[in-house]
Amino acid sequence: MRGPQTLFDKIWSSHAIQERPDGATLLHIDRHLVHDGSSNAFRMLAQRNLPVRRPDRTFATPDHYVATSGRGLAAISEPNRRAMVEDLETHTRSSGVTLFGLDDRRHGIVHVVGPEQGLSQPGMIIVCGDSHTSTHGAVGALAFGVGASQVTHVLATQALWQRKPKNMRVTVDGTLAPGVHAKDVILAIIAKIGAGGGTGHVIEYAGSTIRALSIEGRLTLCNMSIEAGARAGLVAPDDATYAHLHGRPYAPKGADWDKALTSWCTLPSDPEARFDCEAHLDAAEIAPMVTWGTSPEAAAPITGKVPDPAMARDAAGRDAMQRSLDYMGLTPGTPFSEIPVDRVFIGSCTNSRIEDLREAAKIADGRHAVVPAMVVPGSGLVKAQAEAEGLDAIFTRAGFEWREPGCSMCVGVNGDLVASGERCASTSNRNFVGRQGKGARTHLVSPVMAVAAAVTGKLTDVRQLMAGR
Amino acid sequence: MEPFAPLHAIAAPLAMPNIDTDQIIPARFIWRKRNDGWAHLLFNDLRFNDEGSPKPQFVLNRLEFRDARILVAERNFGCGSSREHAVWSLYDYGFRAVIAPSFGDIFLNNSLQNGLLPIVLPAAAVETLIARLERVPGSRIGVNLADQQVAGPDGASYGFEIDPFRKQCLLAGTDEVGFTIGLRPEIEAFEQAYERRVSWL
Repeated sequence: MRGPQTLFDKIWSSHAIQERPDGATLLHIDRHLVHDGSSNAFRMLAQRNLPVRRPDRTFATPDHYVATSGRGLAAISEPNRRAMVEDLETHTRSSGVTLFGLDDRRHGIVHVVGPEQGLSQPGMIIVCGDSHTSTHGAVGALAFGVGASQVTHVLATQALWQRKPKNMRVTVDGTLAPGVHAKDVILAIIAKIGAGGGTGHVIEYAGSTIRALSIEGRLTLCNMSIEAGARAGLVAPDDATYAHLHGRPYAPKGADWDKALTSWCTLPSDPEARFDCEAHLDAAEIAPMVTWGTSPEAAAPITGKVPDPAMARDAAGRDAMQRSLDYMGLTPGTPFSEIPVDRVFIGSCTNSRIEDLREAAKIADGRHAVVPAMVVPGSGLVKAQAEAEGLDAIFTRAGFEWREPGCSMCVGVNGDLVASGERCASTSNRNFVGRQGKGARTHLVSPVMAVAAAVTGKLTDVRQLMAGR
Repeated sequence: MEPFAPLHAIAAPLAMPNIDTDQIIPARFIWRKRNDGWAHLLFNDLRFNDEGSPKPQFVLNRLEFRDARILVAERNFGCGSSREHAVWSLYDYGFRAVIAPSFGDIFLNNSLQNGLLPIVLPAAAVETLIARLERVPGSRIGVNLADQQVAGPDGASYGFEIDPFRKQCLLAGTDEVGFTIGLRPEIEAFEQAYERRVSWL
């Protein structure tokens, strides 16, 4: 008899086609998501004269290169960027892959569209040529990013060789204080375990705090698992997951729903399941977070100060911290709340869903941005929903730009860039050197913290702006 | 993919942790095609000033390291974005091996698909190597994949682990797609059984 298993163990073993003597497993892939950065993979497939083996399991939407200032191909003025989107259209048309294209209101960021359409389901293995594929783990799936060669492999075979990562569990218990959101939880986790803390592991997030998070909060949480170095992050499916899925276009219906539900309910980790590694956080100790450096592990509560490299553990750490502070233009000892910002970005696969926009709008309502600020919804459907609720009007009255969906200023390949030397409070996922543009300085924050920065012109504890909201 | 040949080559030290793939190849270049050539874009923003002149202090701009084919880096090398362009850039520049205490998982997988050997050595060994390479610029390191051995400039040798299958692929210069295509009957049989069980897909 098999011993107790984790959620990850169960998904892994149910997808194992074959094991090699060296321990690598050929895994069946339920869903393959592709985007407009996948053109090299389609080209590599064509060079081998191979077809897309399972177009029925492959779904595409352009997100990286799309314009946010207008809709459609014509809005992409730069020819190389437009060609990336055209390539995706060509490749999906010729292979029969379903495309949520620019003329489709279901279009958006691939990691927003998957869960929104019900494509991402418990127990699945989902891959995509993008590291933030870990997002989809929020519904109890094993989801991870791969490079172009492995995208080609999945297109050709609908399977992928992987060595089984280890099990890690991060447990967060307790109630989050007002103004503290899923983004703060994941930044606090990464600050604790480090940017390589999850390397070689799949993280299961557990505990009462995680249970109490909405599916959208869990998507934010799992999204940044890769920023802790983990192969994937996931949360056991529960009633919130099933309620989120029920009725979505690609979710099972009727008798299939009942059958699926019965199967999904067996997925959560067995009570005696062993994890190779564990970490614990107390929700009550998590404050709104902000990053100060050039790795997501350089995160701290907004109530703190820029750290002093002299306090680093060793010479290498001191050098790394000093380099970060030089790049960020920060002086040790400066309270975070005194750091002025030049720009604010609300969007990305981390924080562009309707709940993010609702929470952000609550803080923005009746105030005015004092620096350039933009809101980029995660999909056409998120945008439509926000507009139906009047959120767009709140943002535009508050001086925020209201844009079309796409990855936008998280990675900037569509031209939405932060200028060199500019400081941006951003709801995205990476504060790497040059990530939002050459010389750009990024502070990662939650959507409400981004609004607080926009309306005060500096990093600000959003809890000071919450009275009566 | 070229078969991986034994190396005895100049090694360049990059004494910074968490070198992410955005630093290896900035996102603004990644619309380009695989065969466009990537060598000149490797580490672009670390390597070049805004107007394109080389930053003299960057390791690959120092004469002694210009022909480096091995990179020795600190923990979590290649973290971040899944862009395989990071591996293509290192490979096209001439790198055939990267030695570090740990790697980003996706980068590590991407390397193995392209003939770039990621070698995990203990942090203390990497520290020793980096110190030596900085003290004696232009020093050579030996890498023998068949024996799974690294030979340091001072004669010290270090063993490393690698999947036997990946090792064979690298040594033969083959990739996995052809191998897996050959398993089509097994894949189809699995899918039929799987789709009976998971009929709602």
